[in-house]
Amino acid sequence: MSGTWINLLIDIIISLSLLTGTFFIFSASIGMLRFPDIYIRLHAVTKGSTLGIAGIMIGAFLFLYVEHGIVSGKLILGMIFVMVTSPISGHMISRAGYHNGVKLWDKSVRDDYAEAVKEKRKSIDN
Amino acid sequence: MNLQIVINIIIALMWMFLSESYTFSTFLVGYLLGILLLFVLQRFIPDSFYMDRVIKVIKLIILFIKELTLSNIEIVKLVYKPKLDFEPGIFALPTELKSNWEITILANLISLTPGTLSIAVSEDNSKIYIHAIDIPDVVESINDIKETFEKAIMEVTR
Repeated sequence: MSGTWINLLIDIIISLSLLTGTFFIFSASIGMLRFPDIYIRLHAVTKGSTLGIAGIMIGAFLFLYVEHGIVSGKLILGMIFVMVTSPISGHMISRAGYHNGVKLWDKSVRDDYAEAVKEKRKSIDN
Repeated sequence: MNLQIVINIIIALMWMFLSESYTFSTFLVGYLLGILLLFVLQRFIPDSFYMDRVIKVIKLIILFIKELTLSNIEIVKLVYKPKLDFEPGIFALPTELKSNWEITILANLISLTPGTLSIAVSEDNSKIYIHAIDIPDVVESINDIKETFEKAIMEVTR
């Protein structure tokens, strides 16, 4: 009797982690559509996707281990690499966007980086 | 520190030969024994015990994961907010960290904190430009966040 209880519990944990993962990725894509400019969209994509992918990978890892007895190191590695690389890609895309002249949203209140870019442009022109 | 890791690996290999089983789990047991030996004999070995630094790295990783989870929840809240009434903007954050490696880690950690995204690093590595979703909200809290991160990073790298 105790065995079935544990199986049920593990099934519930696996489904919960898969569902939270999909929920976070779904929210990230909705944020991508709703938010007004590239920078805020990047917020949604770089952050929402990391926990989403982590959830799905943990769910898949647990499922493979419990059902088939496979310890899949690839899933854990994939999770770690997504966690490490997504902030870097967000940084690079936003930086490239800024230097290509993508405007901030109309309601933005502050932009300290504009001065630095202006000074740099001047020094290059001279 | 490098010497200690080499000693530790040698102890693990010796354990493998002594127990005459050449598997990964024996290596792991040997490595753990090596850590124990180094811990007991740390007064006779140059430099401080290297597991101290490993523990600090693990603490930094735990901080990283904690901030990541918090920021995910924050962004989901913003996504489902019916009205987009926040005030985004870019502000400059001065930093005391010097080397490229440290600044990379700090910028990544800031990218993963709630509501902030690092956009660029200034030419002289003294400032990080950060895009915040809600400026008035972030500027208050950013200083303690920055201090905890800088402290954790410095403990690892120096």
